[in-house]
Amino acid sequence: MARTDPKKDVVIVGLGWTGSILGIELAKEGLDILALERGPDRATVPEFQYPEVIDELKYGIRYGFMQKPRNSTITVRRTLDETARPMRRLGSFLPGDGVGGAGIHWNGQTWRPMENEFRLRSYVEENFGAEAIPEGMVLQDWGVTYEELEPYFDRFEFMAGIAGKAGNIRGEIQEGGNPFEAPRSREYPLPPMKQTTDALIFAEAARAMGYHPFPRPSANASAAYVNEYGMQLGPCNYCGFCERYGCINYSKASPQTCILDALKRYPNFGYKVNAEVLRVDLAADGQTATGVTWWDEAAQEEVSQPADMVILAAYQLHNVHLMLLSGIGQPYDPVTGEGVTGKNYSYQMNGGTTLFFKDRHFNPFAAAGSSGMSIDDFAINRIDFGAEGFIGGSYITAGLSNGQPIRGIQLPEGVPAWGAAWKQGISEWYGHSMSIGSHGSNLSYRDCYLDLDPTYTDRHGRPLMRMTFDWKENDIRMTQFMRTKIEEIARSMNPDSWKSSYKEEGARYDIRPYQTTHNVGGAIMGVDPATSAVNRYLQTWDQHNVFVMGAGAFPQNIQYNPTGAVGALAYWAAEAIRKDYLPNPRPLM
Amino acid sequence: MTPRFMQSTRRAFLGSAALGVVASALPARAEQEPVALEDYKPEFFAPAEWVFVMAAAARIIPSEGEGPGALEARVPVFIDRQLAGEFGAAADLYMEGPFEPGADENLGPQSPLTPAEIYREGIAAFDSWCLDQKGAEFAGLEAGAQDEALTSLADGDAGLDAEVREFWLLLLQNVKEGYFADPKYGGNHDMASWVHIGFPGARANFLEWVGRDEPYPLGPVDIAGNRA
Repeated sequence: MARTDPKKDVVIVGLGWTGSILGIELAKEGLDILALERGPDRATVPEFQYPEVIDELKYGIRYGFMQKPRNSTITVRRTLDETARPMRRLGSFLPGDGVGGAGIHWNGQTWRPMENEFRLRSYVEENFGAEAIPEGMVLQDWGVTYEELEPYFDRFEFMAGIAGKAGNIRGEIQEGGNPFEAPRSREYPLPPMKQTTDALIFAEAARAMGYHPFPRPSANASAAYVNEYGMQLGPCNYCGFCERYGCINYSKASPQTCILDALKRYPNFGYKVNAEVLRVDLAADGQTATGVTWWDEAAQEEVSQPADMVILAAYQLHNVHLMLLSGIGQPYDPVTGEGVTGKNYSYQMNGGTTLFFKDRHFNPFAAAGSSGMSIDDFAINRIDFGAEGFIGGSYITAGLSNGQPIRGIQLPEGVPAWGAAWKQGISEWYGHSMSIGSHGSNLSYRDCYLDLDPTYTDRHGRPLMRMTFDWKENDIRMTQFMRTKIEEIARSMNPDSWKSSYKEEGARYDIRPYQTTHNVGGAIMGVDPATSAVNRYLQTWDQHNVFVMGAGAFPQNIQYNPTGAVGALAYWAAEAIRKDYLPNPRPLM
Repeated sequence: MTPRFMQSTRRAFLGSAALGVVASALPARAEQEPVALEDYKPEFFAPAEWVFVMAAAARIIPSEGEGPGALEARVPVFIDRQLAGEFGAAADLYMEGPFEPGADENLGPQSPLTPAEIYREGIAAFDSWCLDQKGAEFAGLEAGAQDEALTSLADGDAGLDAEVREFWLLLLQNVKEGYFADPKYGGNHDMASWVHIGFPGARANFLEWVGRDEPYPLGPVDIAGNRA
């Protein structure tokens, strides 16, 4: 069975952060818009309400708000000659599911990349010479600069009510902020959050060593706030259930708290849930998309949805998957280096040191997802790549975000994983540990990419997407460099004991333990159709009425959490569509 | 208009206050006391499997020392219910072939078996290994021999097939889940595990406690509004 629904001006695939932003910005233009979301509907009430959502097993461990691998997964291999196997259960990363997407269950850390991260290849070549780039590393400039994006970072941060302290306002360094950040046009919309004990003592130790601690920029509201759409945030109550949960308190910026109720008031906007887009349909000449085909779960039938414009606003992995399935852009070939779709998948290189203090009470449950203190003294614009022998950087940070016990209680070396000594250890050490983390860049490599799996298929019979990814020496050197800096700070804090966990030489990618949901690349932006999948306005090179949102646009990963840049790019693309594309639909480059 | 989450908080608060004031309300709570562990009728486990899970859980989190053991926390009940439900049936997992259970472990579990089947086959295989190597099925061994056997299982030295090699990690994880999950799932009886470590459960409101380096004074509450 198949049916064809009435044509729309715009169809949006996915109703998370970027789908909501594009939805409301284009709804203002009076366009007839339909968003198709493959998961269920979700709202603060009832899905996130107290006390039902304060359930670690259901949401923190069984991933109640995440995609089910049964419905959607990928295959993974580390090298070109390995056979990829399906990710049968979630682990390394947790793509969101349903209305709001990953925007409901993030912690809320909202950063701006450094200026040099947007032109990393040029920066390295200009400062350290092209020979500083190791064989196989395929850095690219983004095709858009920080200066161009600044107003859009500002727009996103004010829409989301970010709490923080500016370090650089129009070139003037601000006491208490990050002195190394790129200049911003004004102070954050909300003051910084309250800080947990671990963050305070980390900041004190870092300051004593001559570093420059500042509060992490946070999408957990520090005070009541009303944004440009009239949406209201309530002050965070530090419930300790942020990451993996919807917010009980209307405090965490999400599509639900910041956009959706305003968007739903536009009569020219509609959305359907349990509506999985199967492919983008292209015109016979391949020059445009004619709409999408989706699966109507309720009716159990395929639906053809014609549209003048298609916005891919699913999670990074799923946007790339749809492009590969639909023939949008030539698939990337790691042997020839040709093709663009799937190119430059990258991830995030993180590590950390855990400190144990038997006489301190960290009360880790009294926490928010994004409170915490950071230093950027070893940021990507602060390191002499030539002298250190790697390209990249990290921010270093402390700030407990929850005290949920199933997710793991940190125990000192020597305490076993089970038995009587474990039971004694959890009582002795719960609430008495803290961590200092390194959140670092992960660069792009010729053999790290996304394509279609030759063997495994999904419930619709479509090939799964295959990820080929492994850790590389350059990034391991970066994280080991950060280890030396963090351990120096840790020692100065005189803990009873401490232990470190950083990738070491020869480390292989392991999809089992949670690492981070910062998957990027695969639909990278640029100014050359031979080396990028979308242009600097996130418009696909071949089909001018298809735009691709999200972190898929990053040509390599930044040293920061991606949502700030994802939001800024969404507003940047929305502006280009409104002001330049709609009056005259055509390739914008 | 009062937001619904405040209404529900108030209801829970009034309900608890009423329990404290009106003595006749107390038996209502006593009636909720679950059946004794030894009288529990498993939904999933066969009798021999239940004996194993009781014995293994008792070594993974023993009763001796401060704080509840896995049996006082009713962890086996939690595991039984999990395996009888969606978790046991791999409802969320990708279970399409081809399967390569011996694939590099970094690529994640590749067994064709559901968690419930891994328990079923894993218990049988491990009990048989215990009988062969230690002279009795697991539950029949002395505590010290049980710990040695579990150590072999954890180290991958108990001769398990690749299809069930995840058995130990599942068991260990599920025991800890049953110990710390909300009591509504059958374990963490009386929130004693939360009391043991000082986790306040579902209180979820700590504005005035952020950054205070001193012990938090209040005991836990659970999702149903009970306090311990």
